[in-house]
Amino acid sequence: MAEPLLCVEHVSKRFGGLLALDRVSFSADVGRITALIGPNGAGKTTLFSIIAGSLRPSQGRIIYDGVNIEDEPPHRRARRGVARTFQIAQPFAGLTVRENIAVGAHLSRPARAEALAAAGDVAHEVGLGDMLDRPAATLTVAGRKRVELARALAIAPRLLLLDEALAGLNPSEIRDMAPVIGAIRDRGIAIVMIEHVMQAVMSLAKHVFVLSEGRIITEGTPDAIAADRHVVEAYLGRGAASRMMAGGGGRA
Amino acid sequence: MKGLAAILGAVALLGIVPLLTVSNVVLNFLVLVFLIALVGQGWNLLGGYGGQYSFGHSAFFGTGAYVTAVLQVRYGVNAWLGFGLGMVGGALVGAAIGALSFRSGLKGSYFALVTLAFAEVLRIVASVAPITGAGVGILIPLDLRPEALQFQSRAPFYWIALALVVMSLLLARAIEASRFGAYLIAVRENEDAAEALGVNATAVKFKAMTISAAITAAAGCFYAQYFLFVDAGIAYGSWISIEALLAPIIGGVGTVFGPLLGALIVKTLGELGKLATGDAPGLDLVIYGCVLILVVAVAPRGISGILSDFRYRFLSPRPPSPGAAASAALERDNG
Repeated sequence: MAEPLLCVEHVSKRFGGLLALDRVSFSADVGRITALIGPNGAGKTTLFSIIAGSLRPSQGRIIYDGVNIEDEPPHRRARRGVARTFQIAQPFAGLTVRENIAVGAHLSRPARAEALAAAGDVAHEVGLGDMLDRPAATLTVAGRKRVELARALAIAPRLLLLDEALAGLNPSEIRDMAPVIGAIRDRGIAIVMIEHVMQAVMSLAKHVFVLSEGRIITEGTPDAIAADRHVVEAYLGRGAASRMMAGGGGRA
Repeated sequence: MKGLAAILGAVALLGIVPLLTVSNVVLNFLVLVFLIALVGQGWNLLGGYGGQYSFGHSAFFGTGAYVTAVLQVRYGVNAWLGFGLGMVGGALVGAAIGALSFRSGLKGSYFALVTLAFAEVLRIVASVAPITGAGVGILIPLDLRPEALQFQSRAPFYWIALALVVMSLLLARAIEASRFGAYLIAVRENEDAAEALGVNATAVKFKAMTISAAITAAAGCFYAQYFLFVDAGIAYGSWISIEALLAPIIGGVGTVFGPLLGALIVKTLGELGKLATGDAPGLDLVIYGCVLILVVAVAPRGISGILSDFRYRFLSPRPPSPGAAASAALERDNG
C-alpha cells in the first residue's frame, strides 16, 4: 500500500470568526507512531475530533484507507476502524471496567458473553487485568486512561488516536504505559498521539508534526524537531530561539 | 439466573392472590399497581437505561387507550385485536416523537420539554376531535365476554395485568443482557464516548423510545378495557406521565424491578393517605411529591439501590469498596 492509511488534506476548521485549523495536511500509517505536538490552543484536539468525526471540517478532505470519510458520523468511522481516546478520560462511570471495555468489544461481537470475555482479554493487555470488576468511577486518573485506551482497542482499530494518553500520569506510570503503546504499534496499528510529555514523544514517535495557531509549522523526526527554531518559538514566543542561541540559554 | 428466579418468585406470589381473596378492593388495588408498574417499566427502558427523561409518556398511554376504544366503538374491531393495534399505535407515536427529537439532537431537559409538549398537543386535539369523542370521551359498551376482553370477575383482568408486567420484566432483563442494552446504558453514561466506540446513539435512542412507547401503550389499552371509559384528561393527562417516572425513580431507575417496587410503594402510600384523610382530592400528589423529595435526597438510586447496598454490605463475600457505583455494578450482576 503506497498511500498511508490516513491522509488529512488541506483541512480547515472555522468556529465563527476563529480559524482553528488552517489548511492542515497530515498523514499517519500503520506500524508507526506519529506524534502531534504544539502549544495549548494550537488546534490539536480539534484536528482529532475532525478525524474521528465529532466535528466536520469547514474545508478539506480526510482520506482513510483510500476512502473519503469527512462526511461520515463518528460511529461509522469507528466501524471502519478509527478509534480515539479523549483528553479528559470519559469512562462510563456507572459501569465496571469490564463493562466499559465490553461496549467497545460489542462492535464486532453481538453476544454479551463474548463481548465480556473479549473485554477481559483487552484489559489484561493494557494492565487492567486485576481491576475488571471495579467500578470505573473508583479508578485513579492512570486507571481511567487505561480504561479509555482499552475501550478504544476493543473495537479492533486500525487507526488509534490518543489524545494525551500520558497527561496527568506520574513518571513511573508513564514508564509503565509507554511499552503498552509500543506493543499496540507493533500489532500493525497506526497510532497518532497528541502529547505534551516530550520524553515519551522522543522515545516512541517516528514522525512528529508540530501544530501552532492552526497550522502545521514543521514536521520531521523527533530529533530534528527538537532542534527546530520554529518549534522553540512556537512554545516560547517569537525571538526566543535567537535569544537562547545568543545567551547560551542562560536566562530563560 | 438470579434475576429470573426473582421474577418467577414474584409471579408465583402475586399470581395466587386472586385465589386467596375475593375482595375487589384488594384486586383493584393490585391491578392499578400493575398498571403503573407497566407504564413505569416503559418509562424505565428509555429513562432508566437510556437516560432520556420523558415528561410526556401519557402520549403513548393515551394513544394505546384511544386506539383500543375508538377501533372497537367506531369500527367494530375485536377488542383483543384493538389491544394489539393500540400497542402498535403507541409505538408509532413513540417512533415519530423519537425520530423528530433525537434527530434534531435534543437532550436532557429539552427532550423532556418536547415530550411534554407533544403529550399536551395530543391531549388538546383529543379533547376537541370528534373521533375521540371530544370533551365527552368514549364509553366502551359493556359486553362481558372473554372474546370482547371483558370479564365477569376481576381475577382474569388481574392475571392479564400481571402477565403484562411479567413480560415487561422479562423484556427489561433480556435487554440488560444484550448488546442493545449495553449500548443504551453507554449512551446514558456518555453519548460522545459511546459514539466513538461505534454506537449509533441516535438509532439506539430511537429504538428504545419505540419499545418504551409500545409498553406504555399496552398499559393504556389495558386501562381502556378495564374501566371501559377514556377521555382526554385520563388518556393524555399529566397524571400518567408523572406516575410513569415516579414509580421507577422511587423503585430504582435502570433496574428490572424498580418500576414494580416503586408502583407498589407509590400506590400504597396514595391509598393510605386517602384512607387517613377521607379522600381529599390531590392528596396523593402531595404524598408523591414528598416521597420523591425524600428518595432523591436520601436514596438517589431508589429502593433497589437501598436493597443492593444492604446485600452488598451484609450478604456479599466480596471485600467492600466505597462508592455508589460499586453497588450499582453489583446490582446489575444480581439484578
